[in-house]
Amino acid sequence: MYAQGLINASGDPNAAETPEQLARFQARIDAEEKIEARDWMPAAYRKTLIRQISQHAHSEIIGMQPEGNWVTRAPSLRRKASLLAKVQDEGGHGLYLYAAAETLGISREEMQDQLLSGAAKYSSIFNYPTLTWADIGAIGWLVDGAAIMNQIPLCRCSYGPYARAMVRVCKEESFHQRQGYEIMTTLAQGAPEQKAMAQDALNRWWTPSVMMFGPPDTDSVHSDQSMTWKIKRFTNDALRQRFVDATVPQADYLGLTIPDPECKWNDVTQHYDIGPLDWDDFWKVVKGGGPMNRQRIAARQKADDDGAWVREAALAYAAKRSTQQEAAE
Amino acid sequence: MSDPTLFQYVLGLADDQLVLGHRLSQWTGRAPILEEELALGNIALDLIGQARGLYQYAGALEGAGRDEDALAYHRDARGYLNLTLVEQPNGDFAQTIARQLFYTAMALPFWQAMTASTDQRLAAVAAKAEKETAYHLRHATEWTARLGDGTDESHRRMQAAINQLWAFTGELFEMIAAEAGLAAAGIAPDRKTLRAAWDRTIDATLSDASLTRPDDSWMAEGGRDGLHGEDLGHMLAEMQSLQRMHPGLQW
Ligand SMILES: [Fe+2]
Ligand SMILES: [Fe+2]
Ligand SMILES: [Fe+2]
Repeated sequence: MYAQGLINASGDPNAAETPEQLARFQARIDAEEKIEARDWMPAAYRKTLIRQISQHAHSEIIGMQPEGNWVTRAPSLRRKASLLAKVQDEGGHGLYLYAAAETLGISREEMQDQLLSGAAKYSSIFNYPTLTWADIGAIGWLVDGAAIMNQIPLCRCSYGPYARAMVRVCKEESFHQRQGYEIMTTLAQGAPEQKAMAQDALNRWWTPSVMMFGPPDTDSVHSDQSMTWKIKRFTNDALRQRFVDATVPQADYLGLTIPDPECKWNDVTQHYDIGPLDWDDFWKVVKGGGPMNRQRIAARQKADDDGAWVREAALAYAAKRSTQQEAAE
Repeated sequence: MSDPTLFQYVLGLADDQLVLGHRLSQWTGRAPILEEELALGNIALDLIGQARGLYQYAGALEGAGRDEDALAYHRDARGYLNLTLVEQPNGDFAQTIARQLFYTAMALPFWQAMTASTDQRLAAVAAKAEKETAYHLRHATEWTARLGDGTDESHRRMQAAINQLWAFTGELFEMIAAEAGLAAAGIAPDRKTLRAAWDRTIDATLSDASLTRPDDSWMAEGGRDGLHGEDLGHMLAEMQSLQRMHPGLQW
């Protein structure tokens, strides 16, 4: 079932949206009312949300891979348990988000097919490999840290099911961020080789993390309409600045160096400046040219293929049991 | 050391939970469906949690200053005292489920009996483990039914897994030399008494799933003496790599 199939009974899905409908919808948004699954909504609003929520869900799922890469090598039992729990949380986030997207009339299977075919994207940060244990600390600190900056405003998103899913997700993301920072603290205060490992991880994860907020406001295609619909509350650059301002002092505290010679406090703006970002490289990675794009999708595809017989068995079993039950009644 | 036999016994129990928990954690990102990703991870977390409690107790019993990580990360396969069942590789999903079924059908009555242990720390570990294991067993029996009675392919794979892992079930009820004494002292359950409950669970689960109980033939042994198959060494080499590369550091 696709989006049109769910449009509520009052509206013929093929009929053009009238200016009155659109105005009434925008008035609800402006009054900070939550839009619910059964409410009338413009097709473009539905489409934007499906794209955004499913991308978010895919990011949670693909994000399990770089961290899962260290589950079997975590250096202590405590770290092993907390990493495994974190990866579980991310899978749980994927589940709530798929469920939130399903309220808009798309199935989890359709979304997963779009991920595997490359039609749907996921956060490009996960196209980089986790090379050392310190990468697990850096991901928690920087990637979950950036995710929180992005997601806290989404708790007030105009679409109710997404906003509610984000409330739960954000609580866990802040826990992940603290856990990651704690790993970095232990390494930065540890032996010289541990501190070097932490610095190397920061060197590799800093720029991709800063780019997680998306292209600069001057060329962000989806931004304006999303702001009007209150799906988005702040621009990419505003969120990026907030992240940089929060993170630079944390790096200072660790005694680690932000790998950007132009990163320094600006007395006039009362913010940290950062050097120019290579957006061509960003787009190259988004479009498949990152170090791990192929492996991430191939690993998902393999899990899907290897599990097909299990899913078929579960369906066949459920069908048999319900037939038996009917026969018994 | 206060009691070397108790130390060795607790260490073997800890190794069972860690090795099985580690095996399940290897499913991360590979499970057949997202819900199972979460279920297998939760079971792995329970087992690793049980292992930690047991290693901490073992370290205290030994009194040589070894903590949970020294015990888990600085022994090689010959020093691991787990049952050979739990070290068997994940295989396909049916093999993982068969391993879970065989192990937890023993572990549930085991922990139930252990809650009455005269050893307070073991009784405390058991009280928590009993509740967790009840869920693990339900998970294993439900999947055995789905796979056994699902499609022709899943039936074939589930029966193959049952047949393949059957040889590792004899060890579940073997008592190490010291264990009889611990049982007599009311510290440890007598494994022989667990057999009837295990048989009932296995027979009911297999027949409900249209699966056949294999005949007993050759049975593996030796895990409690550190005699393992070849897979465990590889598992430990991976698990211990960072600790061994940088000995003596805190992580
Ligand atoms: Fe998440
Ligand atoms: Fe997220
Ligand atoms: Fe997270």
